[in-house]
Amino acid sequence: MGFRKVAIVGAGITKFVRRAQETGPEMSYLASKTALDQAGLKLKDVEMITLGSAPDAFDGVHMKGEYLLSGAGGNNKPYIRNFVGGGTGVFAPIHGWMHVASGACDVCLVVCSEKMSSCHPHPQGAFLTIFDHTTEQPLKPTLIWIFALEMRRYMETYGLSKADIARVAVKNKNNALDHPSAQVAEAVTLDDVLNSEVLAEPVHRLDISPASDGAAAVVLASEEVAKRLTDKPVWIDGVGWNLDTAYWATKDLYYPRYVEKAARMAYEMAGITEPHKEIQVAEPYDPFDYKELHHMEGLLLCERGEAARLTAEGFTARTGNLPTCPSGGALGVGNPIAATGLMKVIEIFLQLREEAGKRQIPGKPRVGVAQAWGDLMQVGTVIVLRR
Amino acid sequence: MKERVAIVGIGVTGFSSVSPSLSFKELTYTAAVKAYQEAGLHPKDIDSFITASEDFMEGYSIFDEYVPDQMGAVMRPVQTVTADFLQALGIGCMMINTGRFRTIAVEAHSKVSNIKTLDEVKAFALDPVYIRPLKENADFLAGLEMKRFLEETGNTEKQCAQVVVKNKTNALRNPHAAHAANLTVDDVLSSLPLSLPLKELDASKPADGAIMVVLASEKEARALCQKPVWIKSISWFSGQGNPWCRNFAYADYAQLAAQKAFAIAGIINPLKDLDFAEICDEYSYKELQHLEAIGIARKGEAGFLTQTGATSLGGLLPVNVSGGSLGVGHTYEASGGMKVIEAVMQLRHEAGMRQVPNAKTGLVQSWRGIPTATGAVAILSNE
Repeated sequence: MGFRKVAIVGAGITKFVRRAQETGPEMSYLASKTALDQAGLKLKDVEMITLGSAPDAFDGVHMKGEYLLSGAGGNNKPYIRNFVGGGTGVFAPIHGWMHVASGACDVCLVVCSEKMSSCHPHPQGAFLTIFDHTTEQPLKPTLIWIFALEMRRYMETYGLSKADIARVAVKNKNNALDHPSAQVAEAVTLDDVLNSEVLAEPVHRLDISPASDGAAAVVLASEEVAKRLTDKPVWIDGVGWNLDTAYWATKDLYYPRYVEKAARMAYEMAGITEPHKEIQVAEPYDPFDYKELHHMEGLLLCERGEAARLTAEGFTARTGNLPTCPSGGALGVGNPIAATGLMKVIEIFLQLREEAGKRQIPGKPRVGVAQAWGDLMQVGTVIVLRR
Repeated sequence: MKERVAIVGIGVTGFSSVSPSLSFKELTYTAAVKAYQEAGLHPKDIDSFITASEDFMEGYSIFDEYVPDQMGAVMRPVQTVTADFLQALGIGCMMINTGRFRTIAVEAHSKVSNIKTLDEVKAFALDPVYIRPLKENADFLAGLEMKRFLEETGNTEKQCAQVVVKNKTNALRNPHAAHAANLTVDDVLSSLPLSLPLKELDASKPADGAIMVVLASEKEARALCQKPVWIKSISWFSGQGNPWCRNFAYADYAQLAAQKAFAIAGIINPLKDLDFAEICDEYSYKELQHLEAIGIARKGEAGFLTQTGATSLGGLLPVNVSGGSLGVGHTYEASGGMKVIEAVMQLRHEAGMRQVPNAKTGLVQSWRGIPTATGAVAILSNE
């Protein structure tokens, strides 16, 4: 049985900031309202809602989905929260796809919201309790600590230098100068990144995306409704997600197998056999600069170990053969976890509609991919969009 | 729904107030093995996996990290929904209806005995700006709700106590139950006040346990299973999110969810068309409130129905023959799951001493608990 076609017909995004004055529900409202306005719809036209948000510890509210409900338009509606850790932002529209593709509804609102600044004194505190309480927490690991391990392993495997990796941060932070939601867009140079303060060698401050508050939303519609609403629908052509073991210390960290599995699932659905040729724009998840390279390889957009060279040669710049993170990514626009993933989906949506303004890549792209990642180096979520 | 979806395997650990010899991972593993065995499937035959859980209940931030290993779901499409099991089951049905998935495993568990500060966790769900500063135990909302419900509908505290007596007695026939007891109405009425008129025995007590259900599309189900249980419909709604704007007397989420579920399943007269119902009874008054919201009882009559035995085993429409949350135990995100397991056993005519004769169609309803107004309704049938 074939599934129903699902389109994105509207998108909204708030500014990403360090400490938002608005509460989580208020940010959800702002993003949802913008998305509905763009789609030309009212809340009453929305049949079902799915909300993505990363750990409850950020907001400091148990059952955070219920707390965000009123702002996300969930009053008196079928409303549910989906959650795959850091992969949530791209999984949320996949969840929405399930709602519409199954025939459960024709119009579904997908909202992603993250307010990390409520977590005092720093959102990193929330990450102290993600580790196994018996085998890992006694070592007092932090997230940056384990990503330093992963980055080191990746550099070692392919003989990469710090500069090979830092070029991603330079590209993305500069790209973000054109994004109206951007929090830390900066005209940084390679030296700036290499000379920034060391957090956990080899991770420096400018290798990392900031902690952010922000929200994003998209409206999904079935084929028939989408064609009535807009002459520029962007179709969800493939979806994939995959979760690896919780025992991250038992696997080799140089390659994200779970991202590859998720990508293969999405590509198979979208009928994509040669991703590096068929995909014209990509938004891999880049909370750290090395992760963009990692994920380009996991997404099968290039050979393993090749991503750094392609970046150095300008392949991944906006004017290159395969623009990656033309939005500015998490490194430049900011990283309110779940909202970042949806921001990336929205970027592909805008690029395919040729509505990305100064960020627009040349060549009328037809197919794009967005991806997010998270948990203990464990989850990959992938969505393929087509004009 | 486009394609019929069936439950082809269930696994349940049974419930207990403590489970010191098993971790949540072992509980989940036990339920998963049973469910796969019953379905005759290996985890690699399962197309996708879903867990219902909430971070603070599990004691981890980003709990979904700890989902795949014990379910046999490593390097597979796994997702978490922070919702009741019944909603997770609904997502599973959706996925099968997309046509991209044939078999789905849905899991939920409860390891409440690990939580040192359960009351504080519950209070942490209160709005941090408007309600949490009151520094009240979250049960105060249930007390307010019960008071308002009794006031507006004319149901009585005594009738609520009768719900407790009925469910705890029913639980004596359920080998899975953790909190079965022989009680009298006076025992309940004279138990310690929680938030009057809510008393200690009006509230369900936590229990540990894990549940897994394997779903399959119609074609798969026919091949796999002698006694498939069909999911006719699942629907969920959230009412007013902010407790301070809510009408405490009515469970509007249950009403909305039931209307939609009945419409899809073709239920016209619930009292006639249903053979049994498993209703959320996290607090005694909730069973009455939900019965009225769903339309099984008319406004103000649910207490009377309970009093006259219409909702007892052998009555017009047995409600919570499993013992419900009051008798089996409150299992938080797994609450709807515990009731789904009961419904499946009833519909397969495997419920032993508590079997409802000739059960063909049953209703399962869940609520996400204080301070939410979110709940789901499912219609299950063996034909």
